Amino acid sequence: MESKNARLGLLLFTIYTLFYAGFVLLNAFAADTMEWLPFAGINLAIWYGFGLIIGAFALAGIYGFLCRESRE
Amino acid sequence: MIYEPSTLAVTVFFLFVAFTLGLSFYLGGRAKSSQGYFAAHGQIPWFVNGVAFAGDYLSAASFLGICGMIAFYGYDGFLYSIGFLAGWIVALFVVAEPMKRLGKFTFADALNSKFQSPGLKLAAGISTLAVSIFYLIPQMVGAGVLIQPLLGFPQWVGVLIVGATVVIIVLTAGMVSTTWVQFLKGSLLVVFSLVLTVMILSRGFKVEESGLRMVGPFAVDKTESVNAQLNEVVSQLREQPEWADATILSSDQEGWSEKPYLRVQDAEAQAVSVWRMDVNADGEAILREAQTVSKSADGTTLVNGQPKGSKKGEPELKPIGFISKLPDGNTETGPLGPLSFFSTLQQSEVILWSKETVGSGADATTVYYQKPTPGSQILRPGEHPKFKGIRKDSLLDRLNFLSLMIALFAGTASLPHILIRYYTVKDESSARKSTIVGIASIGFFYVLTLYLGLGAMTSGALDVTDGNMAAPLLAKSMNEWLFAIISAIAFTTVLGTVSGLILASSGAVTHDLLTYFFKMQLEDAQLVRIAKIASVVVGVIAIILGIQFQGMNVGYLVGWAFSVAASANLPSLVMVLFWKGVTKQGVIAAVLVGMTSSLAWILLSADSFTQIYGLAAEDAIVPFSQPGIVTIPLGFIVLVVVSLMTNGRQTHPETSN
Repeated sequence: MESKNARLGLLLFTIYTLFYAGFVLLNAFAADTMEWLPFAGINLAIWYGFGLIIGAFALAGIYGFLCRESRE
Repeated sequence: MIYEPSTLAVTVFFLFVAFTLGLSFYLGGRAKSSQGYFAAHGQIPWFVNGVAFAGDYLSAASFLGICGMIAFYGYDGFLYSIGFLAGWIVALFVVAEPMKRLGKFTFADALNSKFQSPGLKLAAGISTLAVSIFYLIPQMVGAGVLIQPLLGFPQWVGVLIVGATVVIIVLTAGMVSTTWVQFLKGSLLVVFSLVLTVMILSRGFKVEESGLRMVGPFAVDKTESVNAQLNEVVSQLREQPEWADATILSSDQEGWSEKPYLRVQDAEAQAVSVWRMDVNADGEAILREAQTVSKSADGTTLVNGQPKGSKKGEPELKPIGFISKLPDGNTETGPLGPLSFFSTLQQSEVILWSKETVGSGADATTVYYQKPTPGSQILRPGEHPKFKGIRKDSLLDRLNFLSLMIALFAGTASLPHILIRYYTVKDESSARKSTIVGIASIGFFYVLTLYLGLGAMTSGALDVTDGNMAAPLLAKSMNEWLFAIISAIAFTTVLGTVSGLILASSGAVTHDLLTYFFKMQLEDAQLVRIAKIASVVVGVIAIILGIQFQGMNVGYLVGWAFSVAASANLPSLVMVLFWKGVTKQGVIAAVLVGMTSSLAWILLSADSFTQIYGLAAEDAIVPFSQPGIVTIPLGFIVLVVVSLMTNGRQTHPETSN
């Protein structure tokens, strides 16, 4: 059971790390893309930033839900 | 600015602190054993523990530092919010459950569960102490910053009050009361930040006069020197009747030469107003009134050339934070939604402020000048001096930025006072659930920081000299009650984080260091007594350092702690969990090398050279300031190399991976 949680954890961790790395690398090497206004007159910097925060919560929720199922 | 203590603020503040202490005494009766003192008997409900995570984590740096940075520079402060939260993903998915499974009291226990090595405990204990003390300094500095405007005491009194209160909290009850204080503070912080955000949105944006003057435009020749341009401006200025007889000081004098400032002496008072000349691409110069702080010959502080007052109505710096233009020429927006807040600001223009020191030594004048900035720039990364590098073509600046973002990501899961919170719940499932609750409340708060910071930026109530006060002053611009409550919460924020850190340190001393030096099992009551003595000692050290480091930037200091924590602890934590070939020598080497290399890097960096030693940034020995990108991989390499070298002596020689 523990290793199942650990495997799931690592998978979700990898997904999030790639998402975060994308943000950091865009900022570091193509900062101008952050000024792009994709939607509702709000720039990519804010959308991506909020996405990272809400994404962390969403992945945490998925992890909590799946771990509970495997346990009971 | 002049801060007058208000009776209401002081009353609410003391009620709050008294309640916190009362709670602590009440709960103190419940914890008698060492298990109770350090780990609250492992009986804290997961939801409470989760909110307490938020309480522990949302320190002075998050609340005061991030809001202040956003209020003064825009989006860049939010980068810290993102990095601080992303770090929790490492905590939840990689560290949380094994930490709970392997350890009992401290993070050293978990590292050592395979090896039973006193040397390893010593190394981990030392790194816990080092990280905790580094994290303590900014909290204490932040406490002093808060007390000053609220109660009118000097900063060192503030530090002393916090130190003493925290030692009392920790002495009376340990982890039980600390957890409940953190729960209380975590909830209040999130709830009142939400209240403030709703008030910011319903207030909307409004174009207001800052009370600072502006003249121009004047035609100047852009190819000429700054002094020549100033002369052109002066000759055109003289044609206006109110400027015809003005006493304009020569720009050819003590450090002011070739600087874009015009100094005008007031005829009656001794005041000197300083105007900054901004020349645009079309060769149009505009003069905007700046604000100055300097010292007179006898050491009194002068603001705008006059002795700084102590009461309202006397000379002081004007509050800042005004919108100069709204979209479509409007002067007021009315209530805004959570998205239209950003899209409106995107098309507006806000007066931000920069500072420049002119002259040197006793004659130095700090000039704060207006910088009208379009919203599209405020809402993009790379405006803060520390982040400007990402808009330049310098690889080192970009590496510095990457390094900071890596340290924030990797640092959270390595902070000792966060890790000990995994021992206050009953099992792995509770550890996981409380982390999820922690992520939810911390994430929600960090979303709000962007509204709070930008709300403060446009509140017209900021102190140009002190970014750390942005959040409380924003509350003050709403109403006095809110200011009192927010200040009290900010103060408890410091109290809570400091008590968590002191507990983590005393746990490290008792469990990790003493067992190494005395090699004996101490009785339970003795353990608790030693831990309490250690708490007092660490508390006193924190008070002294807090007074020593006053005036240093709170966020900068927290950055140190994250880098050191990530470099010293993360390689060992991760490798012990995922690589069978780890040896105790490898872990000890990785902890010590990671800790010393990151510390050395920080102390040899340009930031330390300029801010601590007062030396030139060019003399710094390391190429950029943030160590993480070098020292975290270094920790991993040392661990693997030393483990491979010493692997033959272990019973499990197979090296998978």
